[in-house]
Amino acid sequence: MTEVVAFPQSRTCPYHPPQAYQPLRESRPLSRVTLFDGRPVWVVTGHAEARALLSDERLSSDRENGNFPMPTRRFKGLRSRRAALLGVDDPEHNVQRRMLIPSFTVKRTAALRPWIQRTVDQLIDDMVARGSSAELVGAFALPVPSRVICGLLGVPYEDHEFFQEQSRRLLRGPEPSDVEQARDRLDAYLRDLIGRKRAAPGDGLLDELIADRLENGELDVEELVAIAAVLLIAGHETTANMISLGTFTLLRHPEQLAELRADPSLLPAAVEELMRFLSIADGMLRVATADIEVGGSVIRKDDGVVFPTSVINRDESVYAAPDTLDWHRSARHHVAFGFGIHQCLGQNLARAELEIALGTLFARLPGLRLAAPPEEIPFKPGDTIQGMVELPVAW
Amino acid sequence: MTAAAPAGPVRIRIDRERCIGAGQCALTAPEVFTQDDDGFGALLPGREDGGGSALVREAARACPVAAVSVRRR
Repeated sequence: MTEVVAFPQSRTCPYHPPQAYQPLRESRPLSRVTLFDGRPVWVVTGHAEARALLSDERLSSDRENGNFPMPTRRFKGLRSRRAALLGVDDPEHNVQRRMLIPSFTVKRTAALRPWIQRTVDQLIDDMVARGSSAELVGAFALPVPSRVICGLLGVPYEDHEFFQEQSRRLLRGPEPSDVEQARDRLDAYLRDLIGRKRAAPGDGLLDELIADRLENGELDVEELVAIAAVLLIAGHETTANMISLGTFTLLRHPEQLAELRADPSLLPAAVEELMRFLSIADGMLRVATADIEVGGSVIRKDDGVVFPTSVINRDESVYAAPDTLDWHRSARHHVAFGFGIHQCLGQNLARAELEIALGTLFARLPGLRLAAPPEEIPFKPGDTIQGMVELPVAW
Repeated sequence: MTAAAPAGPVRIRIDRERCIGAGQCALTAPEVFTQDDDGFGALLPGREDGGGSALVREAARACPVAAVSVRRR
């Protein structure tokens, strides 16, 4: 047995897997890592095995399971909290998911494109009106998805500072108490919002769920709060990180950027390749509820299993020269949105937002460049969703 | 990217019990698949045999819950 790799670890370059994961790449498809608390868990690194295991019913997402692996000390307090969607198993998950999928289809998200385009245009107009430089996370990367998910859910965007702050603390702490308090505050806010909407309905997805599912008792308030919290947080944090890290990555790959600018029809393929290459949700977690044989090994009941998507999506047997950013490869079948029943509900919305945000940003600001030395620009630590903390740019 | 040759007629089944409405079939092979009003994967009228699309098998592979099965007719 060689050295035991600790998991998760921080990236050294914001768009490459952590250097420390190199041994995992050399021991595909399955090896072992240790979590912050010293617990050894399985780490799935082969692409085919990841797809098979992420759709295996014997691997549970139930956060209330005492053996569910925690990636960091600060999430321990969330174990007892009401979870929804990606924190629960079928049949509960299936009931919730089916209430939501009509709102996230390819067709419905395509119909939102003109509105997303107007939102993006307006934010760029504002940036340009203020001068020739900006901090892109605050001025663009976060507001785009935040406005979109607010509009879609029917959450007032005026409250964005409040829920962006709670969302940041919920994901990044730093202390366990920050995480719990942020969850409390967000729940209280959503409970109150649902109450106000019952009295004066609007026309968002939350209003639909209240009218169609809450009033007839299919959902209770606490379940709707848990669902709304997941949608609100996942709806803006993930896409915001893809926009900031995607922009940084494109600016660090001038050849690929020039090619994309010259031929915007490459955008959908570029977004798919960026999803694969950046793998920002880099550590999906499961717990085994039965013994599972994988290759020559057996994952035992109650064992923890982690899926580092940055390693899985660079499996050389599936993607040739996986460390190269290439718009012409077929990046399809990456697992950046997950796989199995929990595959990202909002993935079609995310694709639309990323195509429009990145496409428009680089088309409208031809001189866009980093306004600080790249190695000095802060990015997120390994135990949360990957992305830039700040992104100073000029044009 | 290699262009796959057009495929012969196939029989496509979508298991609505398994389907989670991820839309990957409709995204991968939009000339054959769509999503109905409930968000479930569905076949476009007249395309039940795959319409010769080379992407039908890709669409089945893209399904995260293996709800799409394709058999040669």
